[in-house]
Amino acid sequence: MIPAFLRPLWAFVFRDFHLTRRYFSWVVVFTFYALVSSATIALIGVAAGDERLTLTLVLGVLLWSFLSAMFQEISNSISYERWEGALEYTFMAPVHRLTHLLGVSLFAVAYSVVRTIVIMVGLLFFVHLSFAGANLWGVLVASVAFMGLGLVAAILPVLSPENGAQATNIVQGVLLLVSGIYYPVEVLPAWVQPLSAFSPATYALAAARKLMGLDRPLSEAGTLAGAPLGAVTHELLVLALMGAVLVPLGLWIFGLVELWAKRTGKLKRTG
Amino acid sequence: MRTIEVHDLQKTFSSRQGWFGARKVERALDGVSFHVDEGETYALLGPNGSGKSTLIRILATLLLPDGGRVRVLGRPLPGGEAEVRRRIGRVSVDAAFYKKLSARENLLYAAQFYGIEPTAAGKKALGILERLGLEPRRFHDPLEEMSRGMQQKIAIARALLHDPPLLLLDESTTGLDPASKREVQRFLEELRAERGTTILLTTHDMDEAERLAARIGFLARGRLVAEGEADELKQEAGAADLEEAFIRRTGEGFAPAAAGEAV
Ligand SMILES: Nc1ncnc2c1ncn2[C@@H]1O[C@H](COP(=O)(O)OP(=O)(O)OP(=O)(O)O)[C@@H](O)[C@H]1O
Ligand SMILES: [Mg+2]
Repeated sequence: MIPAFLRPLWAFVFRDFHLTRRYFSWVVVFTFYALVSSATIALIGVAAGDERLTLTLVLGVLLWSFLSAMFQEISNSISYERWEGALEYTFMAPVHRLTHLLGVSLFAVAYSVVRTIVIMVGLLFFVHLSFAGANLWGVLVASVAFMGLGLVAAILPVLSPENGAQATNIVQGVLLLVSGIYYPVEVLPAWVQPLSAFSPATYALAAARKLMGLDRPLSEAGTLAGAPLGAVTHELLVLALMGAVLVPLGLWIFGLVELWAKRTGKLKRTG
Repeated sequence: MRTIEVHDLQKTFSSRQGWFGARKVERALDGVSFHVDEGETYALLGPNGSGKSTLIRILATLLLPDGGRVRVLGRPLPGGEAEVRRRIGRVSVDAAFYKKLSARENLLYAAQFYGIEPTAAGKKALGILERLGLEPRRFHDPLEEMSRGMQQKIAIARALLHDPPLLLLDESTTGLDPASKREVQRFLEELRAERGTTILLTTHDMDEAERLAARIGFLARGRLVAEGEADELKQEAGAADLEEAFIRRTGEGFAPAAAGEAV
């Protein structure tokens, strides 16, 4: 039983759930592809015979699979609606834009978590993973900041139906490059490095590596020596701050773009 | 009370071809003033591109007017969007649905925006659809498997789920077979009689306008060129039927004005 004030929020989860169900073959295809590419990356560590490298790559693969799935779901939500021809209908519905975007984000997080778990389980068939000693709890803290980024990116398809969807892919690519998913950001060329400071994923990864003990050699017993949550307060603070800025900023810009679209007639199906 | 009040409404669209192309300006609404009383049915007739859908979109909070005053259900637009959205139902020409979702899923999704409980929404939707002649077994079919007319019926059901006091119907019977069309018309008449629903509709079907609407407005090139009861319109234009009156009123000055403005 859903309380009445939550029902509009639930409407978006309901819709996205059923859409995912109907497009399930695509979900399977994308997840399969993500799993295979994750495995090929993880096997680089296995080939090098370096357990810490393997775990670092696996962590990168899983975190990126989570964050990119969430980013994609949110930033593409408007494109989907435009594509289906339902954008005008959504914008005419008596729901606050915050509720709308929260509903979309809520499903995106749930979907990304499930997908990441599937990929993680899948990876076990390719590499032997031992997380003993790791502190797995702090790993998901980056999601809020990434949600904010997704919201900012969701605006682009409102601005321009085609170029907007293209631009979100560029943004995602840049995030993958600068966040140091599989390598320390220090190895990036000097002219790219400053950009990494603006990606929430950079801090999420840094924190996750510390929590899992991947930033230091393995213990004598060959297990990880994860740091306690207190060791990553800096990263958590930056992430919280980014979330606190990016989510309202995303909503605010979204509102501005919505007004612009209503002035210029860009909500129409054909744009 | 006036459910819709529009005064000197202006709307222009401008577009640019490419990045550096010349700006092209399209005047969609050029000083439209009219009103619709509570419980009244008003039909807007006009040739393609005369601004009917633009007007409906403004009333439905989907477009911002450039100038003029608009009040819907006592609320100004822009400003009263939240209240207006809760209390209007709109059917557009293009059925805006998630094509892979079933009729039921599409309707339940919409119902939740209005806080309607799913079981109640499902029952109500089925009732309306049966009334409009859609077989109940189609309720679970994906929209993409339905004909245009069936989709149109579902769009009508969606607009009515929350019992809106104002209905905005943009060519809502286009694409329906004659029997379904008549069923929709009968249904609208019933709504008006039982609930006092106010209806603003656009149509290219003269008989429909004459049958449903208390008053009719002719829109041409963004201007309301004539307004009144069907009989008045015929008389003023000295026409035998509404179609002839329509052609005379919306056709007059059409070609000459276009030639004049092109200079
Ligand atoms: N979103 C938009 N962007 C740019 N121009 C638009 C937009 N919507 C409408 N127009 C222009 O405004 C004018 C009026 O269009 P509108 O759709 O309101 O006409 P209509 O009376 O509904 O026509 P029809 O009978 O074909 O449905 C047209 O010249 C159209 O090209
Ligand atoms: Mg139209």
